[in-house]
Amino acid sequence: MAGHKEYDAATGAETTGHVWDGDIKELNKPLPKWWLYVLYATIVWSIGYWILYPAWPLAEDYTRGMLGYSQRNVVAQEIADAKQTQAPFLEAIANKSVEDVRGDANLMEFVRRGGAAQFANNCAPCHGSGAQGFKGYPNLNDDDWIWGGTVEAIENTIRFGIRSDHASTHQGVMPRFGIDGLLDRAQISDVAEFVLSLSGKSEDAEKAERGSVVFAEQCAACHGADGKGMVEMGAPNLADAIWLYGGRKQDVVESVHGGRSGMMPAWEGRIDPVAIRMLAIYVHSLGGGE
Amino acid sequence: MTHMEPHKSFERGAAAEAAPGITRIDVDAVSSKESRALYTSRQKIYPKLAHGTFRSVKWIVMLVTLGIYYLLPWIRWDRGPTLPDQAFLLDFANQRLYFGPIEIWAQELYFITGILVISALALFLVTALAGRMWCGYACPQTVWTDLMILVERFWQGDRNARMRLDKAPWTFEKIWKKTATHVSWLLIALATGGVLVFYFRDAPTLAMELVTGEAPLVAYVFMGIFTFTTYLLGGIAREQVCIYMCPWPRIQAAMYDSESLLVSYRGYRGEPRGPHKKGQPWENRGDCIDCKACVAVCPMGIDIRDGQQLECIQCALCIDACDEIMGKVDRPYGLIGYDTFRNIEAASESDRAPVRLLRPRLLVYSGLIALVMALMAWAWIVRSVVEISVIPDRNPLYVVLSDGGIRNGYTIKVLNKTHEARTFQLGIDGVPDFHASIVGFEAPDAPLVVEPDALRAFKVYVSVPHGAVSKLGAAATPLTLTVKDLASGDAVIRETTFRSPGP
Repeated sequence: MAGHKEYDAATGAETTGHVWDGDIKELNKPLPKWWLYVLYATIVWSIGYWILYPAWPLAEDYTRGMLGYSQRNVVAQEIADAKQTQAPFLEAIANKSVEDVRGDANLMEFVRRGGAAQFANNCAPCHGSGAQGFKGYPNLNDDDWIWGGTVEAIENTIRFGIRSDHASTHQGVMPRFGIDGLLDRAQISDVAEFVLSLSGKSEDAEKAERGSVVFAEQCAACHGADGKGMVEMGAPNLADAIWLYGGRKQDVVESVHGGRSGMMPAWEGRIDPVAIRMLAIYVHSLGGGE
Repeated sequence: MTHMEPHKSFERGAAAEAAPGITRIDVDAVSSKESRALYTSRQKIYPKLAHGTFRSVKWIVMLVTLGIYYLLPWIRWDRGPTLPDQAFLLDFANQRLYFGPIEIWAQELYFITGILVISALALFLVTALAGRMWCGYACPQTVWTDLMILVERFWQGDRNARMRLDKAPWTFEKIWKKTATHVSWLLIALATGGVLVFYFRDAPTLAMELVTGEAPLVAYVFMGIFTFTTYLLGGIAREQVCIYMCPWPRIQAAMYDSESLLVSYRGYRGEPRGPHKKGQPWENRGDCIDCKACVAVCPMGIDIRDGQQLECIQCALCIDACDEIMGKVDRPYGLIGYDTFRNIEAASESDRAPVRLLRPRLLVYSGLIALVMALMAWAWIVRSVVEISVIPDRNPLYVVLSDGGIRNGYTIKVLNKTHEARTFQLGIDGVPDFHASIVGFEAPDAPLVVEPDALRAFKVYVSVPHGAVSKLGAAATPLTLTVKDLASGDAVIRETTFRSPGP
């Protein structure tokens, strides 16, 4: 059809030259102008974009663009900005006493939220997202503290850990009375019965009576004569309603037989001291702090 | 480009007279049945200036609506030292809408929904009553287009002068007239976009910032967008927005009934049309002298004599144009006028019937408007200026304490929307022998101060001692928290539950 233009008789419009079914011809109608102009504008825009922004992949690199834009830099800048905003709060937490921090409603709000974020990042895998704990991992909402429940004690526990590889870690080992043959099966059963009797859960007074002798000899050194535990040794209170490893008889027997030595890593060096302090105040504020 | 040849009932000629002293205007409807049949390029419309009642009404409406738009952000309203003093302000940063004494917070956006529902229903009501009143008089597209045409007419003259100018070669005169027109349009567009951003930030402050270049980037961006769209839609695109872009013309035809008052050509009076010779009797012919004055003034480029059409925005300018001619040929006014379908189809003047206002659709729309307004008024009256919500801890649901007691935690959020500080006192009831504490306070009945315009959260712990746990009876015990406003004595009661392991 080159060079020859054909016009439709009915409309006077140019045809494309394509014919179907012998006589049906397609009119050559232009694209709407606004549509074409938008297309041209996007082409111009894309060229400008290639020059200014990272665009074309090369063999080993990519075209960087004149503006030096990079999403990594944007994120880095956002993090830096956020740190700058947080700086006065973090400084105050580091320098003020715990009492002063807790007395400042604004600062406390920052600690509560920042502490919650730190907790979710670092502590929740073991202690649970609501700090509710699991078997072997203490519930941090309650008022029972194996290693002390003041803000200072909690801060120390977080810094140094429990049976961790840190030099200042909390120590204290519950012996494996059964495995190491320190007590026989009957004695273990008796002493377990006695432990249950401390919180009124024993059903066999005679057995518990026998167990009290074993307890005085073997357990009282750490757990105290009354079974109420000793924070210095990390020996839990056996007379209350909270059982880290379960409160049924078989659970207690298992604890005496195999010993218990749950561990918590030392966080000093892993997260910064201000974060540790925020965590300590946050955990203390969960309702059970002393 | 092919030009569709419209039907012509008689020969066209420059000197044709429609009646003694009245020239038949050389114009054909741009939007007609033929132009809708197949694709045609846009033909430019040169609306002629009309004179008359409706043109005057439209000037007044333009003055009032533009006046409100441009001046509203500058009106001040004193709300005290801490709050903005702009009468109408959409404060996105603080999520508030201020309108005079009314202050709507983001969570109360249903009031805006209510206003929008009422607006939609009012639009339906007006459409059923008198057609496209909104399109013809008050729609921003119509008002701004009218303003742009006014400016165009100022620089380039009326219809004939503009047509001549467009056909003329690019002389110095044409260049400066066109330039002046487009510069004026851009200035109007800039003012439109400029004022829009004042609705979102204190107007005098932002005005200074805009001039000194210190305004936020988003202000410049939105100014740019609205400058561009005002120029494009009002200056360039004009009637095409109504015909091709706006969905309303497609919907509104379903809202008419045979009693709706629409801008109509009274065919029974006008036909048969034709030029009127001097001394010719008016008997046995129509009043329409086919002068095409109605077509020349139409900003949509239609011929109203073809009947109701999608393009017609019912601006009523053809009524003015026709009445002027009817006056000149000494025939009664109202050959074109607001009339109903029923009367238009009437065979003669004597078959006409008065408009019935008590029609089901008018009653339903009015009733719905009244209902929504009543609902809004009720919601506004019972709207609380202090909002209190109680969120029980979900993780963990409850905590067993060392003595065997059970503790539950609750977060009480108090939102004080008033402009002064309020003091509250917490009351707890529902569980036996409980002990309560609020984090950060000495006692559970300590005064709780909430600053003005602020939300404060209180963490409350409620413990039931070991001895009373057996009295709980169920895993979930109803618990009532009462938050009392110490100044007014008003108490808000919130029912929640106290969770325990259960019996």
